[in-house]
Amino acid sequence: MKKTMSKTTKSNFITYGMVIVIYAIVQILTATGSLSSLFKGLLVPLCIYVILAVSLNLTVGILGELSLGHAGFMCIGAFVGSFFSKCMDGTMPDGLRFFLALVLGAAVAAVFGILIGIPVLRLRGDYLAIVTLAFGEIIKNIVNVLFVGRDAAGFHFSLKDTMSLNLAEGGEVIVKGPQGISGTPKDATFTIGVILILFTLIVVLNLINSRDGRAIMAIRDNRIAAESVGINITRYKLMAFSISAGLAGMAGVLYAHNLATLTALPKNFGYNMSITILVFVVLGGIGNIRGSIIAAVILTLLPELLRGLNDYRMLIYAIVLIVMMIVNWSPKAQAIMSRYTPKNLLNKKKSAKEVN
Amino acid sequence: MKKYSKLLSLLLAGALVVGSFAGCGGSDSSSDSSASKADSSSESGAADGEVFKIGGIGPTTGAAAIYGQAVKNAMELAVKEINEAGGINGYQIEMNYQDDEHDAEKSVNAYNTLKDWGMQALLGTVTSTPCIAVSTEAANDNMFLLTPSGSAVDCVAPENAFRVCFSDPNQGMASAQYIGENGLAEKVAVIYDSSDVYSSGIYEKFAEEAGNQPFEVVSAEAFTADNNKDFSTQLQKAKDAGADLVFLPIYYTEAALILGQADKMGYDTKFFGCDGLDGILTVENFDTALAEGVMLLTPFAADAEDEATQNFVSTYKENYGDIPNQFAADAYDGMYAIKAAFEDQDITPDMEASDICEAAKAGMTEITIQGLTGGEDGISWSADGEPNKSPKAVVIADGAYTAM
Repeated sequence: MKKTMSKTTKSNFITYGMVIVIYAIVQILTATGSLSSLFKGLLVPLCIYVILAVSLNLTVGILGELSLGHAGFMCIGAFVGSFFSKCMDGTMPDGLRFFLALVLGAAVAAVFGILIGIPVLRLRGDYLAIVTLAFGEIIKNIVNVLFVGRDAAGFHFSLKDTMSLNLAEGGEVIVKGPQGISGTPKDATFTIGVILILFTLIVVLNLINSRDGRAIMAIRDNRIAAESVGINITRYKLMAFSISAGLAGMAGVLYAHNLATLTALPKNFGYNMSITILVFVVLGGIGNIRGSIIAAVILTLLPELLRGLNDYRMLIYAIVLIVMMIVNWSPKAQAIMSRYTPKNLLNKKKSAKEVN
Repeated sequence: MKKYSKLLSLLLAGALVVGSFAGCGGSDSSSDSSASKADSSSESGAADGEVFKIGGIGPTTGAAAIYGQAVKNAMELAVKEINEAGGINGYQIEMNYQDDEHDAEKSVNAYNTLKDWGMQALLGTVTSTPCIAVSTEAANDNMFLLTPSGSAVDCVAPENAFRVCFSDPNQGMASAQYIGENGLAEKVAVIYDSSDVYSSGIYEKFAEEAGNQPFEVVSAEAFTADNNKDFSTQLQKAKDAGADLVFLPIYYTEAALILGQADKMGYDTKFFGCDGLDGILTVENFDTALAEGVMLLTPFAADAEDEATQNFVSTYKENYGDIPNQFAADAYDGMYAIKAAFEDQDITPDMEASDICEAAKAGMTEITIQGLTGGEDGISWSADGEPNKSPKAVVIADGAYTAM
């Protein structure tokens, strides 16, 4: 018992260590000035995708439910956080404002996670996938017709256009429908991104290895058996799902504070994005947190490193993706890989020596 | 043994990361030392400091690829022409065009890639949303930015950013004034795309300005990108309201459908559009007879009679196989505007990007270029980045654009 405990702890510390070592390497490279602008610009997006992949892995890998609306939660977090920052800019220190934006974005996204989870997680089957898919699209469309303005009298909402807000003189339109929110202060830095990754990892890994986490995994492995020992299925499912949604919302806030413009396009908050995050999770290994981190980093970097190929870039990206999936997951390929692991090669040498 | 494999996985992951970093660092230093590494360079082999490095950003893949591709082609064309005519101030231009997939985040990546390449001025980005993100980044670096077609107001909010096209509100205002001043209609219906920045931007200003004009907006119906195939409801409402003119601040693909459906309904009315309608005659399987009498406010018409346009259209067609749209024309003018501004201030390639930006900013407000989209008075720029040019109204008659 003690041995297995220390093993998971060690594994967790390797994951934390990996993030910290990468952070240290990047800091050294930045300090020596050998980092290209492209890479510097990619650091924060990398953090965002890592958080998204890890949080989705909690739903897909640990809870065993398929969610296709992760980008929807990210969208909620992004708009809530950005809206808060735009309203509160200048009234409090930047650090505190950004922190509160993060908390608020995560909280609102988690509340939406609970709202969706309550009816859907009671059901058996793939209903969560269907509902979250629709949810992501609904959120995107609502944001695209939402107009919010502020003047001396307070906030004005409209679902039509900016004229119907009836803003008084000096009023400011904050959310401009399809034009979204522009001019969000750029607060996101790599250091904050890494701190948030570590926070995400601590939350997720500790949840997995806790009593609640074991209950969640029991539901995944055998619902009937879990129910028979008195586990409250809906409660634990809701717990995992809303935490996952909240973390996605946090990543969304980071996203909003990294770019000067925030619009809900199919490209960044549509189901394509949800699928992309799911690809990170599947490629990294369902239920494997460390794998999610590595997959998110590789797949985010790949299209940028392939820029030299010009128009063939996205084509090659797709091919690489297919090849990686096959190599990682086909039983044949896995058998070949396991035959040639360094461990086996070492063993073979040893056994060969022994024979000699 | 288990311990070993874990250590190994960590090591491999570490090696991977270091490898990718080293790769980036390497390409960085190599692009510093020689300028000839760029892929889409039109003039290679020149030593550093002897060519202008001008970058371009736009979508060449994805849904908006048609716009990015047009800008890329026209930019190549302009660069080739300028280089053959002796370049800017005697220096050749090298260009590098990066894909942004019409996504703000990818656009910033593309911008950073160009910065690593040694870009000194940016002609981009093509679409509005990415342009807002990139112009903010460019403002931090003090990089000169001229967007050919980023029409949202915020695109040129920073001091270093200028644009070639009209801004969205500008078009809405001009359209309302044109309809009002020429007495084209008394009751106007609007059909616009509420999920599109361009369309909703024009509509809002149009509706605002309509209050000052002698016509009335009787119906304003929206559609979204997810629901842009059937317009019978919107058209029926316009018909019921008795509109004698339908204003379409949208792109030509949807407009073509609207014209066809209005014809089927037997709704005979006038249609008025903006520069997004340019290209409607080239839509596949579209009966051009339907577009007869459609009026549009556009700075560029591919079958205009003047020599510059005809030359441009024929060369473009020769090289890329299709008729250039207004995006291409804007990009072509943008390149010549950069040339004019650089020549006005005697900018040389050995200057820092930031100094070039300062000089070019001053240069832009001094110059007036004729260009393809300039109309009779040419284009000049004010310090806030907006172009001053007169909108041209054209009407489609006998299957061709004719000036009104």
